[in-house]
Amino acid sequence: MTPTLQVFLIVSAAMFSIGLLAALSRRHAIFILIGIEMMLAAANLNFIAFWRFGPQHQPPIGVMIALFSIAIAAAEAAVGLAMVIAVYRHYHTTNVDQLDQLRG
Amino acid sequence: MSVLERKILARMQNRYGPNRVGPFGLFQPIADGIKMLIKEDIVPARADKIVHFLAPVLIAAAAILALGIIPYGRNMTPFTIDGGVLFFFAVGSTTELAVFMAGWGSNNKFSMLGAMRAIAQMISYELPLIITVLPVVMVVSSLTPDRIVAAQAGYTFGLVPRWFVFTPWGAAAFVLFFVSGLVESNRTPFDVPEGESEIVAGHMTEYSGFKYATFFLAEYIGMFAISGLSVTLFLGGWHAPGRAVDFLPSYVWFFTKLSALLFVYIWVRGTLPRTRIDQIMNFAWKFMLPMAFACIIAAAVWHYAGRGLRGWLWSLLVITTVYTMLSVVLDMGRKFAPRVYRFAE
Amino acid sequence: MNGAAFVIIAICTLAAALAAATLPNLMHAALSFAVAFVGIAAFFFLLGAEFVGLALVFIYVGAVAVLIVFTILLTRRDAGKDHGFNWGGAIVALAVFGGLTWAILKTQSLAMLAPHMATLTVKRIGTALMTTYVWPLQCVGLLLTAALIGALILVLEEKR
Repeated sequence: MTPTLQVFLIVSAAMFSIGLLAALSRRHAIFILIGIEMMLAAANLNFIAFWRFGPQHQPPIGVMIALFSIAIAAAEAAVGLAMVIAVYRHYHTTNVDQLDQLRG
Repeated sequence: MSVLERKILARMQNRYGPNRVGPFGLFQPIADGIKMLIKEDIVPARADKIVHFLAPVLIAAAAILALGIIPYGRNMTPFTIDGGVLFFFAVGSTTELAVFMAGWGSNNKFSMLGAMRAIAQMISYELPLIITVLPVVMVVSSLTPDRIVAAQAGYTFGLVPRWFVFTPWGAAAFVLFFVSGLVESNRTPFDVPEGESEIVAGHMTEYSGFKYATFFLAEYIGMFAISGLSVTLFLGGWHAPGRAVDFLPSYVWFFTKLSALLFVYIWVRGTLPRTRIDQIMNFAWKFMLPMAFACIIAAAVWHYAGRGLRGWLWSLLVITTVYTMLSVVLDMGRKFAPRVYRFAE
Repeated sequence: MNGAAFVIIAICTLAAALAAATLPNLMHAALSFAVAFVGIAAFFFLLGAEFVGLALVFIYVGAVAVLIVFTILLTRRDAGKDHGFNWGGAIVALAVFGGLTWAILKTQSLAMLAPHMATLTVKRIGTALMTTYVWPLQCVGLLLTAALIGALILVLEEKR
C-alpha cells in the first residue's frame, strides 16, 4: 500500500487540528505556543508533500518554503517564550484566563 | 576502553591502575559490568518513572546513532546519508534533552542544578562545534563524510598528506573542534556537570546500577563518535600518512588515528584541573566563537588565493592576526589574565 | 515509499501530538511534543527531503524543546499541572478536521501516487539558497537577529 497524496494531506490535517486543539483548549500559555508550533509543522508537511507529488523536474520550492518556515517558527517560539517569562514575572501566573487586564 | 583509561590515568599519576583482574587488569570491565548489573535498581519514590527510565535509554540511543555515518574504512560507512555531518549534529543535540530528562526525572535539586549546568555548557559549545566544521564543508562543498575523506586523498610533494589539519585554518579548526568535543562529552577539564566533588554526580545522582553504567557507556560512545568525526573531517579519515605505508588496510589507519585522539582525551583528563562554569561560558562565547569565524574567513582566503603556498601563508596571517587581537582584547578585560591574589592582612 | 513505515510513523506522530495537546502533566506534554517532531522529521525523510528533516530535528528537538522545558521550569508556581480543559476547543478542532478531510477526499485530482524524483541533494538546496532565494535568506537572518535581541531584552531583569 503506497500512500497517495491524499493520505499525507489527511495526516497533516490531523496534525493541524491537534495543534488547534492544543492552542484553543489549554489554559497554560506555553501549551498554546506548542499548539502553534504543531500547526506550523503540519503546514510544512503539506508543502513538502505537494512538492514531492508534483511534476517531475521542478525546482525545490516546497523544500525552500519549509526550510524558511522552520527558521521563522523557531524565532517566533523564542520570542513567545520570552514573553511568557516576562508576563509571569509581572503577573505571577501563566494561566491565560487570568491575564485579562490591559493595565499593568 | 574504560580499563585503558584507568590505567593510563593511573600511570600519569604515578601509580598502577587496576591490575588484579586478569592479566594487566584487562578483564576489569567485565568485573565492572557484573558489579553494575547485580546492583539494586533504586528509583526515588517521587520521581517521574517514565522520564527517569527513558533518559539513559535516549542518551545511549543518540550516541550510538551518531556512530553510523562515520566512514571507518574504504566503503565501510554504516549509513550514507547525503547530509551526514548534519545528521551527526542533529542526533547530538537530542542528548541535551535527554540530560534534562535525567535531571528533572530524579526529583532532586542537585540533579536539576547539574542538568541545567550541563545543558548550558552543551548548548554554548554546540555553536563552535558546528561553525568549526563549516570551513571543511565549504572547501569540500559537500556534507557527506565519504566525500570529505575523498577530498583529503593524495600527497603534496609526494610526502605530506593532504589532510586538512596541515592547513592553518584546518589546524585551528581541529583544535577548536576537539575542545568543543571535550565539552560536549562532559569530560575533564569541563566536567562540571559530573561534579564528583561538587554536586555529587550532577544529573546522574539518582541513578544506580545499570542505568548509571548506561550513562557512562553513552559518554564513552560519544567520545568515540566525536573523535571519529574529527578523524574524518580533519585527519584524513582512513587515508594512510605516507605512500610507503599504503599497503595497510584502511580501517587500521582509521583506528590508529582514533586511538591517538582517545589517548589525547585521556591525557587531557589526567593533566588539567576542572574549570569553573563561568570560565567555560566565557571561553565559549568570547574566544571560541570569534576564532571559529576567523577559521571560516581563513578557509575562504586559502581557497581563493589558490590552494598552494600563497594561500597557506595568507590564511596563516588571518588566523594569527585574529588570535593576537583576541588575546590582547580579552586580557584587557582581565577575564583570562593571570590571577591576582589577595591575602588576609 | 514504504506503506508499512508510513502507517507506523503516522500512528506514532499523531499519538504523540495528541498526548502533547491533552496531557495535564506539563513535562510529559513537552516531551511528547519532541517525539511528535521526530515523527514529522521521519515523514520528511520518507518524502525525500532529508535535509529539512535533519534541520527540523536539530532546531525543534535540540533547541525549541529545550527552550520550552526551561520556560516550564522558570514559570512554575502552581502545582505543575495544567488544570482545566476547554471542551469548546475540542469541538472546533474536530469540526476543522472534518471539514479539511471532506475537502481532501472530494478532490479527485489529489489521489495520485508519487512520481519518481531524483534525490534532492544538499548541493541543490545550497545552490537554490544562494541564487534564487538569497534575499529571503538575508531577511531571515535579519529576522533571527531581531528575534534574538528582542528575546534577550524581554527577559532582562528590570533595573530598579
